[in-house]
Amino acid sequence: MKRVQFSSPYLPYVFLAPQLAVIVIFFYWPSVQAIQSSFYLEDPFGFGSTFVGLSNYADAFASAEYGRIARFTVVFTGLVTFFSLSLGLLLAVKADAVIRGNAAYKTLLISVYTIAPPVAGLIGMMFFDQHIGPFVKIAAFFGWEMKVGLNYVDTAFAMVVVAVWKQIPYNFIFFLSGLQSVPVSVREAAAIDCRSGFRRFWTVVLPLLAPTAFFLLVINITYSLFDTFGIIDVMVKDKAANNPITLVYKVYMDGFRGNDIGGSSAQSVILMVVVFVLTILQFRFIERRVHYT
Amino acid sequence: MATIDINQVSKIYTGGVTAVRSVDINIADGEFIVLVGPSGCGKSTLLRMVAGLEVISQGAVRIGDRVVNDVDPADRDIAMVFQNYALYPHMTVYENLAYGLKNRGTPKAEIAERVAEAARMLQLEPYLERRPRALSGGQRQRVAMGRAIVRKPAAFLFDEPLSNLDAKLRVSMRGEIKRLQRRLGTTSIYVTHDQLEAMTLADRLVVLNGGQIEQIGAPLEVYHTPASTFVASFIGSPAMNLVKGDLHGDRLAIGPAMFELGGYAPASGPLTVGLRAEDLRIAREGEVSFALRVDYVEELGSQRLVHGTLGDQPLTAALPPETALGDAINLAIPPDRLHFFANETGKRIGNGLPAPTTPAAERLGAGRLVAHR
Repeated sequence: MKRVQFSSPYLPYVFLAPQLAVIVIFFYWPSVQAIQSSFYLEDPFGFGSTFVGLSNYADAFASAEYGRIARFTVVFTGLVTFFSLSLGLLLAVKADAVIRGNAAYKTLLISVYTIAPPVAGLIGMMFFDQHIGPFVKIAAFFGWEMKVGLNYVDTAFAMVVVAVWKQIPYNFIFFLSGLQSVPVSVREAAAIDCRSGFRRFWTVVLPLLAPTAFFLLVINITYSLFDTFGIIDVMVKDKAANNPITLVYKVYMDGFRGNDIGGSSAQSVILMVVVFVLTILQFRFIERRVHYT
Repeated sequence: MATIDINQVSKIYTGGVTAVRSVDINIADGEFIVLVGPSGCGKSTLLRMVAGLEVISQGAVRIGDRVVNDVDPADRDIAMVFQNYALYPHMTVYENLAYGLKNRGTPKAEIAERVAEAARMLQLEPYLERRPRALSGGQRQRVAMGRAIVRKPAAFLFDEPLSNLDAKLRVSMRGEIKRLQRRLGTTSIYVTHDQLEAMTLADRLVVLNGGQIEQIGAPLEVYHTPASTFVASFIGSPAMNLVKGDLHGDRLAIGPAMFELGGYAPASGPLTVGLRAEDLRIAREGEVSFALRVDYVEELGSQRLVHGTLGDQPLTAALPPETALGDAINLAIPPDRLHFFANETGKRIGNGLPAPTTPAAERLGAGRLVAHR
């Protein structure tokens, strides 16, 4: 490490201040506020609040609806993470093997990433529209009468498809650059050592992609939990009714539609803890099996 | 164990660039062939075509009695050692060695036995459980060698395996490769741009230039009778002096210097004359000699390289370290050590003077193997 000498001992703190301010104002302060208000029952019209201890948490855990949404969130996160990772990898492997015009392929595949989540949700909504949606027509062709927005399973299906579609380009970019960082000579050595291309991929290329895959796993879980908000919002049109929603959307519904600030805060604290635990688990157990070269 | 026949092989890339042009090499069983040439001469491309990592545009490669043009690299029964070792970074040394065998369905016990044998041969036993990143360059190189050995392939292919090592390690690994190849008797093709490595390792040298073979022959043969000015300047260090000369009958003029060739007249008129720096010596009293104006001297310890000019042409002489030097020195060279090359083609003219009583030269006269493309 290179040591830099500052003329004043306070100068480094001045340099750090903007970054620290951003973190404090936009992360710690809201977090602390959320934790604080999760112990209070807020008057819906803003006429004060009453300390209620852990009852907001108790309400959340006791609620059957909360349990149902939590289960859906787990399934949703699992499906979105699995499919967006595996499809991203598949596309990256195939695009990596394309020799002629590979720049065109890559640009086309990546371009989806530039679409904002609500727009993606909107496009997805049109795909699954009852009247004009091509996906609905395709499904109808196979005898599946799709009613996105009415039928729980159909809506869930559409949500997963759009969320996966939105995330694939991101995974694609990282997997592709990961693949390209696998040394050519290592692949060639493997080609001499192993006849089956599939086996080569599993035993040599994939383990070398593990750091990328691990990073993407963390990112994708976070994406499925939080960043799909925009997609869900457009899909359920702000009125969830009995459509599937994820926990983060319920936080929004309860807090901003139901004006239950306390309960909403309690839920977001629960989410915070879940993510915290997940992150620890991932780094403790999965990272150990990842080979950084 | 197998022969390798490279028959009229060419590599033409899309866009029409020809990297290798109609190369013919017949490699005997157990022979150590070194492909040598400057970068871009097509030597690696040729090796990779034998390995199956490059498509063969024209011609045929035969390993044993099987044409392998369309055979998968894994089925060619070859093993390759790469310049940057290409070890699998996520596997231990043991797994690296075992990988090729495992994929071929070799029984576990036999894998263990063969890996142990290779590890003993290469002194890798203490490192079997380590990953490549915890090894030094030389150790990695040995693992790469081991990965080739355990497979017991028909042929070893080496792609500049020593160029990432430091000079000292390179010399010792060079010896190790030679020893291993002798002991295993496996047919080998070795690619290098280092003429010293080529000279020391090869049973036969293949000198490549611009995708074509300039000369094939035993190292000393190539050294003593280079087939062209290219080979003459590439093989041997310091490089052979190539100067403009004029031949009239058996009288050779190089600038102001005159040589009597004693009736030998392979050509007449202007040509290129090759003089090895180590064939030049200080002239004795009364001997036919010429004066070299000394520019500067490089001391190598065992000898000193005297760089100077003969007339207006640069010339280097390798002289014993105790030689007294002035501004100019008188040098002589046995006429039978002169090499003649045509000015236009750079090809060798004649076999040199058939004079000497030295056994080396006799042997050379007998068994020459000069390939003209």
